[in-house]
Amino acid sequence: MAQQTSPPDTKALDESPARGYSSDAAGLGRLRAGAFVAPALALIAVFLVFPALWVIYLGLMNYRLTGIAAAEPQFVGLDNYLKALSDPGFWNSTVLTFQFVLGSAVIGQVVLGFTLAWLMRNRRGTLKSVVEGVVILAWILPSAVVAFLWVALLDRDSGTLNALLGIPGFAWLLDYPMLSIILFNTWRGTAFSMMLYGAALGNVPPSHLESARLAGASGWQQLRDVVFPHIRGHILTNLLLISLWTFNDFGPFLLTAGGPENKTEILAVYVYKTALQAGDLGYGAAISTIILLINLVVAIFYLRLLRRKG
Amino acid sequence: MTRFVAGRIGFYTLVALLLAFFTIPLLWLASAPFTSNPTYEVRVPDFTWENFQIILDHPYALGSLVNSLILAIGTAVLVVVMSALAAYALSRVRLPGRDALLYALLLLSSIITGTAAMVPLFQLAIELGLIDSHTGLILIMTGGLLPAAIFMIKDFMDTTPKSYEESARVFGASPLQIVRHVVVPVVRPGLATIAVWTIANVWGNFLMPYLLLSDVEKQPAAVIMYTLYTEGGQANLKVLSTFGLLYSVPVVLMYLFVSKKYGFRFHGGIKR
Amino acid sequence: MAAIELRGLTKVYPGGVKALDSLDLTIPDGEFFALLGPSGCGKTTLLRTIAGLETATGGAVVIGGRDVTRVQPGGRDVAMVFQDYALFPHMDVTDNIAYPLRIKKVAKGERRAKAEEVAARLGLEKLMDRRPGQLSGGQQQRVALARVMATQAQAFLFDEPLSNLDARLRLEARTFLKKLQRELGVTTVFVTHDQAEALAMADRMAIMEAGLIRQIGTPSEVFQRPANTFVAGFIGSTPMNLLDAVARGDTLEVAGCKVPVPASAEGLVVDGEKLVYGVRPEYMTYQAGTVEGGLSGSVVILENLGASHLVTLDVGGVTVQGVVAEGEEPALGEQGAVVPRSDRALVYRDGELVAA
Repeated sequence: MAQQTSPPDTKALDESPARGYSSDAAGLGRLRAGAFVAPALALIAVFLVFPALWVIYLGLMNYRLTGIAAAEPQFVGLDNYLKALSDPGFWNSTVLTFQFVLGSAVIGQVVLGFTLAWLMRNRRGTLKSVVEGVVILAWILPSAVVAFLWVALLDRDSGTLNALLGIPGFAWLLDYPMLSIILFNTWRGTAFSMMLYGAALGNVPPSHLESARLAGASGWQQLRDVVFPHIRGHILTNLLLISLWTFNDFGPFLLTAGGPENKTEILAVYVYKTALQAGDLGYGAAISTIILLINLVVAIFYLRLLRRKG
Repeated sequence: MTRFVAGRIGFYTLVALLLAFFTIPLLWLASAPFTSNPTYEVRVPDFTWENFQIILDHPYALGSLVNSLILAIGTAVLVVVMSALAAYALSRVRLPGRDALLYALLLLSSIITGTAAMVPLFQLAIELGLIDSHTGLILIMTGGLLPAAIFMIKDFMDTTPKSYEESARVFGASPLQIVRHVVVPVVRPGLATIAVWTIANVWGNFLMPYLLLSDVEKQPAAVIMYTLYTEGGQANLKVLSTFGLLYSVPVVLMYLFVSKKYGFRFHGGIKR
Repeated sequence: MAAIELRGLTKVYPGGVKALDSLDLTIPDGEFFALLGPSGCGKTTLLRTIAGLETATGGAVVIGGRDVTRVQPGGRDVAMVFQDYALFPHMDVTDNIAYPLRIKKVAKGERRAKAEEVAARLGLEKLMDRRPGQLSGGQQQRVALARVMATQAQAFLFDEPLSNLDARLRLEARTFLKKLQRELGVTTVFVTHDQAEALAMADRMAIMEAGLIRQIGTPSEVFQRPANTFVAGFIGSTPMNLLDAVARGDTLEVAGCKVPVPASAEGLVVDGEKLVYGVRPEYMTYQAGTVEGGLSGSVVILENLGASHLVTLDVGGVTVQGVVAEGEEPALGEQGAVVPRSDRALVYRDGELVAA
C-alpha cells in the first residue's frame, strides 16, 4: 500500500506538556474524543498492526498455500530463517535490492532531483512549469501505465530509445535489466526529491548567498560553503525516505516481473514469487519479517532525525 | 563575457537533456492512442478516434475503470471521515498516551508497506473471506493509508487557531455544532487534500488489488492494464494505448485541479 | 447586565503551575475593568476562567448573582472578543455577527436584521458581504465587537483587544472602545499588558503578578499611589524613581541628599530603618544649582518627550530622573537638582507602601 507523503512535521510530538492553555478547545471531553479516534484505530489495528505482528508468527510456521501444510501447519522455529541464510535466491535478491536502491534512489533520484531543483531555483515562468510539470507527471501517472510506457520505450525493434540512439535491436530489458529498472525508477521517483530540495533551497537565506557572492565565491564554492550546510538535514531526510520507499517498491515487477533469469528479482518481487506464486507462505513471511526489520531500522533513524530537528 | 555565454549554453544543454529524459517516455502515450495502427514507435498521429471505439467494445476496460472509481471513492470517504475525526480529537484533546500513539502511528505508517505485509494481508483476506471483495480491499487500503492521513490532517488542524472553536463555544455552540459550523469549513482544504491524495493512491495501486482480486469482473484498471500487456500473444497496442490514456487522464486532471486551487503544496503531495 | 464576583479563585495546571492563586475580586455592574500585568502573570487565564474556557481548580465565579463556576462557557451569558478576533474565515460579516443568534435558534430573517442593526451602529454597513480576509485589522476588530454586541450578553470579555492593531489605529480604537462601553453600559473586563492602555480606558483595574493581584484601583490611584514597588515599576510610561533611603528623624537620606519624609508616611517611619523612596519623574521639579530638600547632581542625559523633556541626573552615583516642561530643559553637564512634590512622594518598606 505504501503511503508516501512528505515527512510529516513532528512538532506536535515535542510540544511541552504544560503549555498553559486549555487542552480541549471545543469542550469535546475525553469520552467523545476517544470515540472520535476509535474507528480509525480499530481499522489500523486490524489491517495494519495485526498483519505486521502476524507475519512474525507466520514466519515461524511451515505454512503453505496448498497441500498438507496448508491444513495443518507446523511450528518450525527458526527453520525458515536458516533456510534464507543458505538460499542463493535470497542472497541474490538482497544484492539486487542493494544495487537497485543505491542506483535509483541514492544516486539517481537524489542527484537528478537536486540538479533539477538547483537549475530551477531562481526561475519563474514557462520553462520552470514545463520542466517541473513533466517530472511530476512521471510521478503521478499510475504505475501500470508507466511500466508499459517503458516497455514501449525500451522495445528492441521499434522502441523510441533505440531509434534515438541509432542502435536498433539493442535488447535493454534482456541484456541490461538492472540498468533498465534503475533508469525506470529514477525517472518515476525524481519528482519527490526535486520538490523537497526545491523547498529546502527556498529556505537558504538569500543574504548568505549574496555575501558569499560578494566575497567572490564561485558557483561551486557557494554550493559547498553556503547551500550544503543549510540543507544537510534535508538531504539526510530525503535519503532515508526514498531509500525506504525504493527498498519496498514493487514497481519493477510491472516492467520485468523479476526476469530475465531472476536478474531483477529484488526482495519485494522475491517475496511475492516465493510466497504467493510458489505458495511457500511460511518462508515468504520470514523474508517479510526481515524486510520489516530493515524498514524499522531506517524508520527509527529517520524519526530520530526529525526529533533532533524539532 | 565568454564565460557567461558558456554558462548559458551549459545550462540550456543540461535542461534540454533532462527535459528529454523525462519527456520521451511520455510521448508514446500522447501519440499512439490517436494513431491508426500504433506500434511501439512514436509517430505523428493521424488523429483517429477509432481506437477509442475499440475500447468501448472491450469486455473489461470500462468496467475496470468503474471498479477503480468504486475503490478510490470508497477508500477516500472512509479515510477522510476517519482521519478527520481522529486527527481533530488528537489535535484538540490531550488524551492519555497521545504522544506515544502518534509516534507509533508515524513509525507504523513508514515501515508496514505493501511489500512487507503482502503475505499476512493475503492470509488475513482469506481467513476473513475478503478475497474478491471490493469492501475488503477498501478496508485494507484504508487501514494502510490512515496513519499518514491522520498525520497530515492533524498537522493542518494544529495550525488552525483554537480561538475559532473557543469563540463558538462561548457563544453557546455544542461540540457537534462547533465541528459542523466551524471546524469542517475551516479545514476543508485539508480534507480535500487528503481526499485527492487517497484517490490518487488507490487509483494507481497495483499490488493490493493484484493480490486480493482474482475475478476479472472486479479488477480495477491497474490490474487490467497489466494483464493487457502480459497476457499471451501479441499485445493489442490499440487497446493498451487508449486504455492507458483513459486510465491516466483522471489523475492528471486531479493534479491540475489541486495545483490550481491550493497550489501543489509539497505537504499534500500526491504519491503512491 | 451584571456584576462579576470572584471568590478565592484558584487555577492550578496539571504539572503544578499555579496560574491563579486564590483571587478575590468584585467588578460592579457596568464597569470597564482592566486586568493588567506582564506576560505570564495569569491575566489571560483569569479572563478565560471567567469565560469558562478554563475550569477553576478552586473558588467560585459568580456572574449576576449566579454561581457559574461549573457552568459551560455557553451557559454563562458572557461574550468574548479574542486577541485574534476569531472571526470565522468562511462566513461573511453578516453571518459572523449573526452567529451567536444562530446558536440561540433565532429565525434567519430576525438575526440578519439584528446583525445589520448592530453593524450599522459600528459603521460596518458597507462591508456586510465581505469575508474576514478582505477586511483591515480595524474593521475586523469592529466586526468582532459587533458580534459580541449581538449576543446581548450580561458581560463582555476582551482579550488584548488592541494588540493586533498598528500603533496609530490603536489610539483611535482606544477612544472608540471607551465610548462604546460607556454607551452600552455592559460590564466589560479586558486584558492588556500595556499599562498606558489600561490607564486610558479602564474605570478600575487589577494589576497582576505571578497569579496574584498586586493592586486594585482606579487609574489615578494606581498611578499616584502604587501599593508596592512592583506596581510602581510597572505603571507609568517613564519608570518611577525607586531609591534606597535611610530614615533620619523627619528626613530621609537618599543618595547622599536629605529629603523630607513624604506626607503620606509622616510618623510611620522608624529612625534608622532602610526604606525605598519612590517618586515619579512627573512629580519632580527641576532647579539649577544645589537645592535644600532636593536631589542634587549633574545632568547626564536629556531625552525629548515631545512637550516635555526627561532629565537624568547623576546624584552621587545614583540615577534620578525628572520631567521638565518644554523650553526649560537644562544644559547637559549642568549642576542641578530635582525636588519631589511632597504630597506625591512615597515610601516603601519591604516593597509595600508605607501609609496610614
